[in-house]
Amino acid sequence: MSPIIEVAGLWTQFGDHIVHKDLNLTVMPGEVVSLVGGSGSGKTTLMRQILGLEQPARGTVKVFGIPLHGSKVQMVQKIRKRWGVLFQQGALYSALSVYDNIALPLRELRAFDEDFIHDMVMLKLDMVDIERRHAAKMPADLSGGMIKRIALARALVLEPELVFLDEPTAGLDPDRSESFVKLIRSLHQKLNLTVVMVTHDLDTLVSLSDKIAVLAEQKLIVYGSLQEAIAVKHPFILNFFLGERGLRALSAVGALGKLNSRI
Amino acid sequence: MTTNNMQQAPAQAILDPEVKESRTGDGSPAVTLSGAWDIRALEARAKLLKTRLRLLAADSGRRWDLSPIQRLDHIGALLLWQAWGKRRPAQLALAPGHEVFFSNLDSAAGAAPRVPFDPVRLVRALGAGMLLAHEHLIGMVQLIGQILIDSFDLLRHPLRGPWREISASVFRVGTQALGITALVGFLIGVVLSYLSAEQLKSFGANVFIVNILGMGIIRELGPVIAAVLVAGRSGSAITAQLGVMRVTEELDALSVMGIPHTVRLILPKIVALAIAMPLLILWTSGIALFGGAIAASMELGISVNSFLSGLPAAVPTANIWLAMGKGIVFGALIALVACHFGLRVQPNTESLGIGTTNSVVTSITAVIIADAIFAVIFSDIGMSFL
Repeated sequence: MSPIIEVAGLWTQFGDHIVHKDLNLTVMPGEVVSLVGGSGSGKTTLMRQILGLEQPARGTVKVFGIPLHGSKVQMVQKIRKRWGVLFQQGALYSALSVYDNIALPLRELRAFDEDFIHDMVMLKLDMVDIERRHAAKMPADLSGGMIKRIALARALVLEPELVFLDEPTAGLDPDRSESFVKLIRSLHQKLNLTVVMVTHDLDTLVSLSDKIAVLAEQKLIVYGSLQEAIAVKHPFILNFFLGERGLRALSAVGALGKLNSRI
Repeated sequence: MTTNNMQQAPAQAILDPEVKESRTGDGSPAVTLSGAWDIRALEARAKLLKTRLRLLAADSGRRWDLSPIQRLDHIGALLLWQAWGKRRPAQLALAPGHEVFFSNLDSAAGAAPRVPFDPVRLVRALGAGMLLAHEHLIGMVQLIGQILIDSFDLLRHPLRGPWREISASVFRVGTQALGITALVGFLIGVVLSYLSAEQLKSFGANVFIVNILGMGIIRELGPVIAAVLVAGRSGSAITAQLGVMRVTEELDALSVMGIPHTVRLILPKIVALAIAMPLLILWTSGIALFGGAIAASMELGISVNSFLSGLPAAVPTANIWLAMGKGIVFGALIALVACHFGLRVQPNTESLGIGTTNSVVTSITAVIIADAIFAVIFSDIGMSFL
C-alpha cells in the first residue's frame, strides 16, 4: 500500500530559529498517528504544513501521493475534498447555523439537491450524537463540547479518507472528552479513516493512537507504537509519559506491564 | 481532467458506479450495482444516477444486488436510499461491510426544522425594532451616566486617572490622523475654491473668495470633514477593538479583576477624542484654506499672502471658537457611539461586522445632527456683515 502522507526532508525556519530540521514522516492508510512534543516543538506548524496552510522552508509534503506545495491549484483543491479537519476551537462559521455549517461543504459541490443535503446533515448529526433540535441554533449558543462534535460532523460530511484533529479533547471535561474519544474510535473503525492528531492529552493519546510521533530537537525522535516510544530514553519522553500523569494514564491501559518487563 | 488527477493518487483508481438490469431465474426483475458508489465517483453524476435509480425503484418487486459494489460511503448509501423512497427494498443483497452505511439511515428522514409561517410577522418586527431602539437608548444613557460618575471619581483622585491610556489614544486618533485629514482637507479646499472662483468671476466679485472659503471651511466644512474622517477611521477602530475584546473575553477578565472598563477603556477614548478632535479641525481647516488660497491665486490672481491677510476681516474670531466647540462635541459623540456599539457586540464574528458598520453610520449621522443643532443655536454668532 502506498502512504497517505509523506513528509520528506522538511525544514521550517522562522528567522534564525529552526523548528524542523530534515524531518521525515510517513503515514499509511488506516493508521491513527499522534503528534506529541513540548510547546514550541512545532507540532501545530507541522500539521499546518501538511494541510498546506503554511509553506516549509525546504522539503516536500505529499498527501495522497500529490505534492502539496508547487502542484496546480486544482490538484490541491482535489486533495482538500478528501480530507477533513477538526480545528482546536471548532472553527464553525459563526454567521451560519449548525445545519448550514454542516451543509456548506455539500452545497459547495453543487451535486446534490436540498432534500439529499438535509438527510445527509441529519445523518451526520446522529453520527456525532447531536440532537436535531440543535440544528437551527447558531454556534454562539452552543457549549464547547457541542461545537467540537458539530465541527467533527462538518469535517466528516464529505466522507474524507483522512482526518486531522487538532487537540480534539482540549477544553472538554473528562466525561465529554472520553465520549469524544469513543466517538472518534468508533468512526475510525466504521469508516476506515486515517487519522492524524495533535494532542497533549495522554488519555486520548494512549487510547486512540496506533503510532506516536514524538517531536523534539527539531526532528522526530521516535515514530512508532506507544511501547516503542516510552522505551526511548529522552528527557521529554521521561517527563511526558513517565511523569506522574503519564504513569497514571499508561497504567490505565496496562501498557506499563510491558514496559517494566522490558526494563 | 478530473479522472487524470484521481488516477495519480495511490489506491484510488477511479471506478465508475455501474447499474446493470437483469432478470432472476424465475423471471422477476433485478438490478446489480457495482463499481464505486462513494462521493468521489458520484460527485459528477449524482443527479443522473438518482433519476435512473428512481425509475428502477418504481418496480417494487425488483431485486437489488449491491454486493459487487467495491466502494461505498454514506453519500452513496443515502443516494440509493432516497431513490428507494426512503425505505429499504424487500429484496436487497449487501456486501457484509456495507451494512453499516444503511443501518442508521431510517432515522435520518425526520422532519426538517422548518420555520412556521407567522401572520403577524410585520407587527412583531416593528415591536422588535422599537424594543431595540429602547435598548439602545437605555444603554447609551447608562454609559453616559457611568462615565459621568467615573469622571467625578477622577476629579477627586486625579492621580489614579488613566493618563497613559489617554495620551496613547490622543496619539492614535489625533497624531496618526494628521496625514489623511491634511490630504482630504487640501483637496476639498482646492475643489471648493475652483468652483466658487468660476461663479465669482462672472460677477466680478473676486475678492469675496476669501469670505466664502473662510466662513464655509472654518465654520462648517472643516469640522464636518474632520469628524466624518475620524468617525470612519477611529470610530470603527474603537468599536472593533472593544468588540474583539468582548469576543476574546478580555472585557470579562477586566471585570473580574475589579477594573471597571469604563475607566480604563472608554473614558480615555472619549477624553482623547474630545482633545484631539478640535485640534484636528484646526489642522484640517488650515490646510483646506491653504489649498483654497493656492487655487484662488491660480484662478483669480489673488496672491496667497493677500488671501491670508484678508481672512481675519472676513471671518470673525468667534467662528474659530465655535469650530473648536463643535470639535469637542463631535469627538465625544463619536467616541461615545463607537464605545456603545463596541460593548454591544456579541461573541461572534457576524455581530462584530454589523456592530462596526452600525457604529460608523450612527456616529456620522450623530455628527451631522449635532452640526445642524449648532447651526440653529449659534446662527447669530460669528457672522460678518458688510
